[in-house]
Amino acid sequence: MNTNNNGYTIIYAIVMVVVVALMLALVSSGLKEKQTVNAELDKKKQILSSLKLDLEGKDAAAVYNELIVKELVVDESAKILSEVKGEAFAIDIIKESAKKIEERKLPVYVAQIESKTKYIIPVRGAGLWGPIWGYIALDDDKNTVFGTYFSHASETPGLGAEIALPEFQNLFIGKHILNDAKEFVSIAVMKAGQKADNKEQIDAIAGGTITSKGVENMLLNSIGQYEAFLKQ
Amino acid sequence: MSKLISDKTKEIFLGPLGKNNPVTVQVLGICSALAVTSKLEPAIVMGLSVTIIVAFSNVIISLLRNTIPNRIRIIVQLVVVAALVTVVSEILKAFAYDVSVQLSVYIGLIITNCILMGRLEAFAMSNKPWESFVDGLGNGFGYAWILVAVAFFRELTGSGSLLGFKVIPQAFYQAGYVNNGLMILPPMALILVACIIWIHRARNKELQEK
Repeated sequence: MNTNNNGYTIIYAIVMVVVVALMLALVSSGLKEKQTVNAELDKKKQILSSLKLDLEGKDAAAVYNELIVKELVVDESAKILSEVKGEAFAIDIIKESAKKIEERKLPVYVAQIESKTKYIIPVRGAGLWGPIWGYIALDDDKNTVFGTYFSHASETPGLGAEIALPEFQNLFIGKHILNDAKEFVSIAVMKAGQKADNKEQIDAIAGGTITSKGVENMLLNSIGQYEAFLKQ
Repeated sequence: MSKLISDKTKEIFLGPLGKNNPVTVQVLGICSALAVTSKLEPAIVMGLSVTIIVAFSNVIISLLRNTIPNRIRIIVQLVVVAALVTVVSEILKAFAYDVSVQLSVYIGLIITNCILMGRLEAFAMSNKPWESFVDGLGNGFGYAWILVAVAFFRELTGSGSLLGFKVIPQAFYQAGYVNNGLMILPPMALILVACIIWIHRARNKELQEK
């Protein structure tokens, strides 16, 4: 058979592409359900990580159901749009951040630990190479930081990637996001020796300046959306 | 059975593990050797993924080799590799989510790993399926053991752990031992690969240029 003529080549290419496309579609739809479950479980683990729990060997989904007692959807003016569990969880904050600020739906997770209420707020911003994101847990005064969790897509290992380590995340514990006049000022991430104006600060990562600034801006912008809710 | 493990297939399998190693002798697939070897676990998964993909794409191309139109053969090879890579990445996402998050884009980048195209073009296009499969396994493992060796030293000296477990006792740190942060950075992977190449060439005199 002559495998070099044009007709054969074109038909071969078409058949190949159709067969491969069909196969990939089958694999993708077959595994879809399992992948969604994994992604949701991962999100629950991340949310719980901001509460500084040891999840080793525990079923994250069960812990989540036990500790997260309420999920709120609020808007910029602190109006509560929904309290149905699962609705806040399903919000894609990347899509929301593309909308106008008045139209954004903002998720808040309310946790109950040892009969104390904690508010968990998702944050998202830009690092040096790609997106960074995380969750910040606040005490019931909606001011004191109880714990944080940060992760990143592709920050430099050993430098910017250190934001994912507890050593960095624990620096935030006990800091306040409001100033003495009860205005929202967030928390600064500063080089050692520098002093932030009228707000609390933590040390930046040496060699990870842009990622550290990214964390600072992420906190300012993401938590800033909740200003009205925090002052309630 | 005698046909399956003849001397020839043994040579095809063992060659890439030693004398004809794709990484240390042909210097292919260096890019991913830099990217995924700062920890042992992603290196193992990456090695296995590449092995599976080379072996099976070799078999598929070898089965199709007489039907592939010569002018679009590279495209056909790419499509086969890309399809297998996508399948592997989907499976990882479903069954080993944490690892797939760690490997992130590098699984997708297996497509651009020169070892794959090199084996398809140089071996599978002109050999029978069984030999091609063995060749794929050999080259995959040849690539994997280099990755694992590099990752072993980088994780041990850079993070003081292996597979995530601390192996350097706390007493060492109290006595002033510090993890070498330089080992985590990509250039050290190149230097380690170079050291392996050095040892390899010192032991195999026939690899040295006159």
